[in-house]
Amino acid sequence: MQLSRRDPRIAAGILALAAIGILIGGAFLGLGVEAWRNPEGAYAAFDSYLFRVARFTLWQALLSTLLSVAPAILVARALSRHPEFPGRQLILRLFAVPLALPAIVAALGILSLYGRAGYFAGALGGLSGGSWPGIYGLSGILVAHVFFNLPLATRLLLEALQTVPGDQWRLASQLGMGARASFRLIEWPAMRAALPGIAGLVFMLCVTSFTIVLTLGGGPAATTLEVAIYQALRFDFDPARAVSLTLLQIALTAVVVLALMRLGANTAGEANLSVTRRSFISARPVEKSFNAAIILIALAFVGGPMIATVASGLEADLARLAGEASVRRATFTSIVLASLSATLACALSLSLVMARRALAVSRGAGEASLLERFTDTGAGFVLVVPPVVVGAGWFVLVRQSIDVFALAPFMVIAVNAVMAMPFAVRAIRPAHDAAAERHERICAQLGIGGWNRLRLIDWPVLRRPLATAFAFAMALSLGDLGVIALFGSDAVQTLPYLLLSRMGSYRTADAAGLALLLGLLCLALTMIADRLGKERPR
Amino acid sequence: MTTTGEAVRLDRVVFSYADTMVRFDVTFDEGKVTAIMGPSGAGKSTLLNLVAGFEQPREGRILVGGKDVTGSDPSSRPVSMVFQENNLFGHLDVAKNVGLGRSPALRLTAADRSDVDDALARVGLGGMANRLPRELSGGERQRVALARVLVRDRPVLLLDEPFASLGPALRDDMLELLMSVQAERGMTVLFVTHQPEDARKVAENMVFVEAGTISANGKTTDFFGDSGPEAFRRYIGSERG
Amino acid sequence: MRSLVYVFTSALALAAAHPAMAEGKLTVYTYESFTSEWGPGPQVEKAFEAECGCDLEFVSVADGVALLSRVKLEGASTKADIVLGLDTNLTAEAKATGLFAPHGAASNDVKVPGDWKDDIFVPYDYGYFAVVYDTEKLKNPPKSLKELVEGNPEEKIAIQDPRTSTPGLGLLLWVKSVYGDKAPEAWAKLKGRVLTVTPGWSEAYGLFTKGEAPMVLSYTTSPAYHMVAENTERYQAAPFEEGHYVQIEVAGITTTGAKNPLAEKFMAFMTGPGFQDVVPETNWMLPAGKTDKPLNPAFDKLVKPAKTLLFSADEVAANRKAWVDEWLGVMSK
Repeated sequence: MQLSRRDPRIAAGILALAAIGILIGGAFLGLGVEAWRNPEGAYAAFDSYLFRVARFTLWQALLSTLLSVAPAILVARALSRHPEFPGRQLILRLFAVPLALPAIVAALGILSLYGRAGYFAGALGGLSGGSWPGIYGLSGILVAHVFFNLPLATRLLLEALQTVPGDQWRLASQLGMGARASFRLIEWPAMRAALPGIAGLVFMLCVTSFTIVLTLGGGPAATTLEVAIYQALRFDFDPARAVSLTLLQIALTAVVVLALMRLGANTAGEANLSVTRRSFISARPVEKSFNAAIILIALAFVGGPMIATVASGLEADLARLAGEASVRRATFTSIVLASLSATLACALSLSLVMARRALAVSRGAGEASLLERFTDTGAGFVLVVPPVVVGAGWFVLVRQSIDVFALAPFMVIAVNAVMAMPFAVRAIRPAHDAAAERHERICAQLGIGGWNRLRLIDWPVLRRPLATAFAFAMALSLGDLGVIALFGSDAVQTLPYLLLSRMGSYRTADAAGLALLLGLLCLALTMIADRLGKERPR
Repeated sequence: MTTTGEAVRLDRVVFSYADTMVRFDVTFDEGKVTAIMGPSGAGKSTLLNLVAGFEQPREGRILVGGKDVTGSDPSSRPVSMVFQENNLFGHLDVAKNVGLGRSPALRLTAADRSDVDDALARVGLGGMANRLPRELSGGERQRVALARVLVRDRPVLLLDEPFASLGPALRDDMLELLMSVQAERGMTVLFVTHQPEDARKVAENMVFVEAGTISANGKTTDFFGDSGPEAFRRYIGSERG
Repeated sequence: MRSLVYVFTSALALAAAHPAMAEGKLTVYTYESFTSEWGPGPQVEKAFEAECGCDLEFVSVADGVALLSRVKLEGASTKADIVLGLDTNLTAEAKATGLFAPHGAASNDVKVPGDWKDDIFVPYDYGYFAVVYDTEKLKNPPKSLKELVEGNPEEKIAIQDPRTSTPGLGLLLWVKSVYGDKAPEAWAKLKGRVLTVTPGWSEAYGLFTKGEAPMVLSYTTSPAYHMVAENTERYQAAPFEEGHYVQIEVAGITTTGAKNPLAEKFMAFMTGPGFQDVVPETNWMLPAGKTDKPLNPAFDKLVKPAKTLLFSADEVAANRKAWVDEWLGVMSK
């Protein structure tokens, strides 16, 4: 189908790409100039040790992706088939919380259960005969990565499942499709379209894992490239090495992610106007109990470490913490920064999603252009650019001309927004593309475009997925710190920042209390986002 | 608002998509209803899409009322189109769906609103202005689409099997409605259908599309007469199966 | 958006607009835990501002390493008059930048183990690395580094990564100073006892207090925190026969600061009681200069190493990369 070439959606996408390009490009420029003066580090980085690190990085990331995404298919399916499952809404909200937890908080939560001194140490030790050695090593890394990514993958897959029109569910139950048939014929095709993107996302998150890998990995045999990059920038200050390692990380990730894309065909399903209200999905009792079991197991796995975190948080002197001016200030700063980055992330993602769709439509059956690829998978690769690289690069770039303190909050917002963008894209795209498929011709015919289309046609359909995207983006921004390592600024003293600094000065109980606060804050923000995303009652 | 039809001409149009290639060279008379029939996949919908501007020809021109519209936006062409499905926005009520035919920003004057009400009354949906599409039957939804055509008031109407999913009685009602609207407005109508009776009932002219090109073109009565084109007779036969 | 920009600019303005006490301003770059509300920063600031009638501004970055990177990046145009918070492992590299100026006689009042002296950097506190253990979990703590290395592999220790953390580097240097060329063999043995190698001190200490490991690499002063703030003697440092490796924290005047008379004044203040009295119970390190108040009795109960181990700054600078690579080679097998 050929549509207008002067589509404002494409312009918006180009603008978003340009903004992302400037953020990342500026950082590389800054470090590149610095590296130019002392380039030998770039070659010195490549030795046999690096080869081992790269291999381990990819291996753990692949395993983590598989273990996160495969069960997520079952969990998402179970949740989608039981819209009335008790507490479903709460489960979905809880699933946004892990992303907001700083890695060390999650690691400690997980160890409370499966560590040497964990709740299950006795039972696990009995099973393995002897004392339980804990989950240090690859197993610990995998457990932690699944804890972070299973809920993420589940929510994103559920988003894809929700684009299946109600008619199809009715048809399925009318035709008497059992669980297996409806999975094969309805659910799997819907999820399969979204799967490569989601798997790619999880993979990238695991590639860049840092604290989890070191803390739970048991020793430097478990090291990721991210650690080497961090070391190059923070300890050795060797920009040449940092840049070449970052480029290596991007290249390796690109190879794997592109292979993933090839595995799953990016098929756009036929989408019809959903004229019926979402109808009841008939599931047989056996299937019902199976699904309930799946949901409960996932909930226990994700909820367990959270409960442990809450339990140790409750031991803290919460009343005193809540009364402290610094805690209140940090909470306020966190909320402001996270909301701003989430808003920016949603705007960037929506622009990219709309542009991709417009480009895909206008090319018809031809090859996707480079621009389209960039609005699609390409932009996602920002995830494997370590925030410390972006922060340091911009610091180097602007230190001569601007007061770096003034820049710090904007850096935090911009970097967090860009890092959250790939998640937001995954949340928005299925609903957007399904709606666009239905509306494209009629909009073209009636001349509904640009702002009018966004306001009248796309916005009402996208409210809910945008709310999901917003919640995720906010959770991610709440937890992140990496970018300001060099900047240092009073304007960005966020909750996780306060948490780590209390932890760094023996105040472990305070830190546990702040972790609880952070989790509750994330939950509250998610609930608000959900409420905003609800369709207006008529 | 008295539309007068304009002639539609596809002037040596060549279009290709993936493995398929179509060629059209045909004129549709102004103010007439032309039925477009042919086997599935022959290119009937492509023909409409070319006229509507959803597809761009590789070669040739498309003229409406003698004016070259090749390359212009779908919304700027003097054309309305009704699809088999997805004519309405599920989240907007009936009045808004119709109102979009007047203003894509949905900024409607009092006069526009009264036109919308008139059009709804005309298609037999008076009093349903505030319903959502999901609260309507299939036939009612197509009536909304037709109301929007009235409000839009363009000289050419393209119908892509709009009544295919309706029952016989309902389809007859819709055809009646279509004919009376066409009589009032004198639009040029291109009507893709699989039902020979539909074509007989409403179309004065007829074209037969086969393997990406128009293989026959003439009066509907001639098509159904004894001297009708061989391919068409085979098609009818196979349709009746 | 505009209102939010306003929020930020006003927040920044607030942060920047210290009580404008006329008569000059001194800018000190340091690490975050120094300026945090329970760190020495707030008290030091108050005391010095009262003494000099000037404005003291702290600018804080993540840690000592980031501090050096930041100064390097800013070069001669740095706003810092004083950089406070490098340790002796970083001073050689810091000197090589040429961004620091010799101090006056400020270090005369200072006494640190190993009689560490320097014409540019002045120590303000120090601490010994030590294995801290949980008395409820470990009845027979190691009495030497040798016992740590060769002890029961079931009794674990959490350590830090020398690539990313100061204590991690400290342990590496400790083992090197005791075992010399035999260090790789020692690490190969110790490896079985290492629960995990964390990126920073906080993570390892968190695992330790959570009960995951009965031992952690920390400082001899760590038990003082638990005694003073939590009133418990549960966590103790193990004295090692071979001696303990020391970490000395120093400050230096930059070439920018050399033009600011307040800089010398601050260095003198830093080594005096106004600063030194604050250090023990805020930074949890031992004071390098004269104090007015006696230390909290808890500090008397701390391990007093029989012998101090310390490589010179130049030795560390020359060998750090090779030694870390050697460590990696053994530990990542």
